[in-house]
Amino acid sequence: MPDFKKPHALTDAVMHYCPGCTHGIVHRLVAEVLDEMDIEGDAIGVCPVGCSVMAYDYFNCDVIEAAHGRAPAVATGVKRANPDKFVFTYQGDGDLAAIGTAEIVHAATRGENITVIFINNTTYGMTGGQMAPTTLPGQITQTTPYGRNPDVEGFPVRVCEMLSQLSGVALAQRVTVIDPKSVNEAKKAIRKGFEFQKNKQGFSIIEVLSTCPTNWGMTPIEALQRVKDEMIPYYPLGVYKEGAIR
Amino acid sequence: MTKEMLLAGFGGQGILFMGKVLAYIGLYDDKQVSWLPSYGPEMRGGTCNCSVCISDDPIGSPLVDEPDTLIVMNQPSFDKFIDKVVPGGIAIIDSALISSKCERTDITCFYVPATALANENDLKGMANIILTGKLIKETGIASIETVRETMKKVIPPRKANLLEANMKAIEIGMAQ
Amino acid sequence: MAEKTLMKGNEALAEAAIRSGCKCFFGYPITPQTEISAYLSKRMPKVGGTFLQAESEVAAINMVYGCASSGIRCMTSSSSPGISLKTEGISYIAGADLPCVIINVQRGGPGLGGIQPSQSDYWQVTHALGHGDFHALVYAPASVQEMADYVSKAFDMADKYRMPAVILADGLLGQMMEPVCFPDTEIKMSDASNKPWATNGHGHKRPHNIVNSLYLKPDQLEDIVRDRFERYEEVKANHSEAVVDYCDDADVVVVAYGSTARLAKSAVEQARKQGIKVGIVRPVTLWPFPVQQIKDACKNAKKVLVVEMSMGQMIDDVKLAIECSKPVHFYGRTGGVIPKPAEILAEIKKLGGNL
Repeated sequence: MPDFKKPHALTDAVMHYCPGCTHGIVHRLVAEVLDEMDIEGDAIGVCPVGCSVMAYDYFNCDVIEAAHGRAPAVATGVKRANPDKFVFTYQGDGDLAAIGTAEIVHAATRGENITVIFINNTTYGMTGGQMAPTTLPGQITQTTPYGRNPDVEGFPVRVCEMLSQLSGVALAQRVTVIDPKSVNEAKKAIRKGFEFQKNKQGFSIIEVLSTCPTNWGMTPIEALQRVKDEMIPYYPLGVYKEGAIR
Repeated sequence: MTKEMLLAGFGGQGILFMGKVLAYIGLYDDKQVSWLPSYGPEMRGGTCNCSVCISDDPIGSPLVDEPDTLIVMNQPSFDKFIDKVVPGGIAIIDSALISSKCERTDITCFYVPATALANENDLKGMANIILTGKLIKETGIASIETVRETMKKVIPPRKANLLEANMKAIEIGMAQ
Repeated sequence: MAEKTLMKGNEALAEAAIRSGCKCFFGYPITPQTEISAYLSKRMPKVGGTFLQAESEVAAINMVYGCASSGIRCMTSSSSPGISLKTEGISYIAGADLPCVIINVQRGGPGLGGIQPSQSDYWQVTHALGHGDFHALVYAPASVQEMADYVSKAFDMADKYRMPAVILADGLLGQMMEPVCFPDTEIKMSDASNKPWATNGHGHKRPHNIVNSLYLKPDQLEDIVRDRFERYEEVKANHSEAVVDYCDDADVVVVAYGSTARLAKSAVEQARKQGIKVGIVRPVTLWPFPVQQIKDACKNAKKVLVVEMSMGQMIDDVKLAIECSKPVHFYGRTGGVIPKPAEILAEIKKLGGNL
């Protein structure tokens, strides 16, 4: 039977996330992995700018709040200072795939021995639902009021596919958290990422297709359905790269 | 007393190394010294110059605009700097590479075919050191012993076998 | 003290950083400071440190942010255009109360500017090194020996006050060689001891640490900024530095910093020989600005002359320091042109001969 106690690696702080948002689930999965591997005391999280900007209040390990997009560079600094500690970033799609593209690509290609949790919800949540680099063609957002037109705004970025081309990447896997089965899969992937890190086997990224009911203008249930109907077809789940880099 | 020396030529002729030798000679004598290279976007073949000051007092400007001692190893540097030498100063000119003669009468010019001498003596690439030998002779800034000690310091360990060749180049320069 | 050796300013600074326990360096190539990276890429692996060439200036300063959060001494270096890129990270470092050392070997600007020596980043480093209410310690060395000495001091002061410290040099100081010697001390890489705030893993021995500059409640943010400014007051009261020469009887006082100060000092000494009563003040700390030292040095002067390799940036702070009590003149060259002592002497004579 699953144990529904709060993981030790989560604090008692009440999360600020909207009803139906899947950030809470992913936080919990990360915390459960920290607990199960017994590494909370050796872990340093690096949080982004975006909805999860205040994750430093939610994780019980040491946490650094980074500037927008810079978490992989900050994590690099932490890891180089303390190569034996566990360092992870927790980043959204605007943070990782727009303003922080250079940082994520170069951390990945260096084979920086860190684990990246990447939340893809196809929008900038915190600022009120603007177009993200991951916004789907035709998707209406605050800054694509007529729907994202690839002729004007270009195409969405498929991050796992892109990073899987780099030699420094040990794990690039896309998961989601829309039902118990996918939540279990997501947790396994996150654990795998931390295991790669533990064995100093290279950079790992776990992309989590997530919901933003508020900015999508949907109920939580509708939002979960959208992930299935619209996001997964464009962003197929699965392992894009797996194996130690050295 | 302050000596303000300017060394100029093409990149690759060993202008900066020549400066380093002179600066270390000053350091060996417990003088104040400074060495300042020109730096630019060219890596090879561009013009290159180097200011070296040796002084009894702290050095204000390490940049030498009006040298009392000039060494030039190419025509553009001769054209550019020969008129900058202070009256009473000296200029040492690699006459194997520079055909011009200085028309000034208020400075002393020495024409040393250093590049040709280097080639004749199996010292290819050491024209700069031959000119340094000439400078040492004309300025009297150091004894041959000091030069040898300095060379030991300046020549990187992986090139230590070149010490004698360098000393030979110095001697050839001093004999000019 | 060990034997004197000839080193470029950039290299002396890099060696001194290692000797100060700087364990990690993150940089990006830019003229005229690249020797710092080249030197450290050779030396760091041999002393158990880390050299990492970052993908950008922005990444480099954020690596510093991460490393400094871990309580480890770290450094980045750049030249003017690169510092502009780093200002985002510097602001976060200041906002999170982290110690680190940042080197700016200035070149001419604005824009891509040039690569020759300049002092046109004074406003940036003292007044706007990023967004928000904050300061960084700023040291302006004037010799290769000082490049070494002040990097060491910068690390100590950054740690003491938990704030970024900047060495403001220029291409002249970075590229020139002068004799330098280092104290005979054993090289010891820094660790996080004495930094209880470091995010280096709590090991279940303390509550979790957070390194952060986000405070959404205005009152809370105001309190934190006010606390920080109280610390700044302590720095201002105790740690401003200036070198004063020949000012007791001076009719004209020259104010100049960094490499310009040594050029100006030559001019001042020549003027003295010609019987002109002139002195010189060299601010060594640009923040905190040595207000009292300048005020005292100019007490008996009739005129002040500020000399900079810029169109005149520090001059405003000099006027404030002496409360505009006497005329403050300016002489400057910009764009990478180095003023000659003779030019400065001519300016002194103009003022000194016309009292």
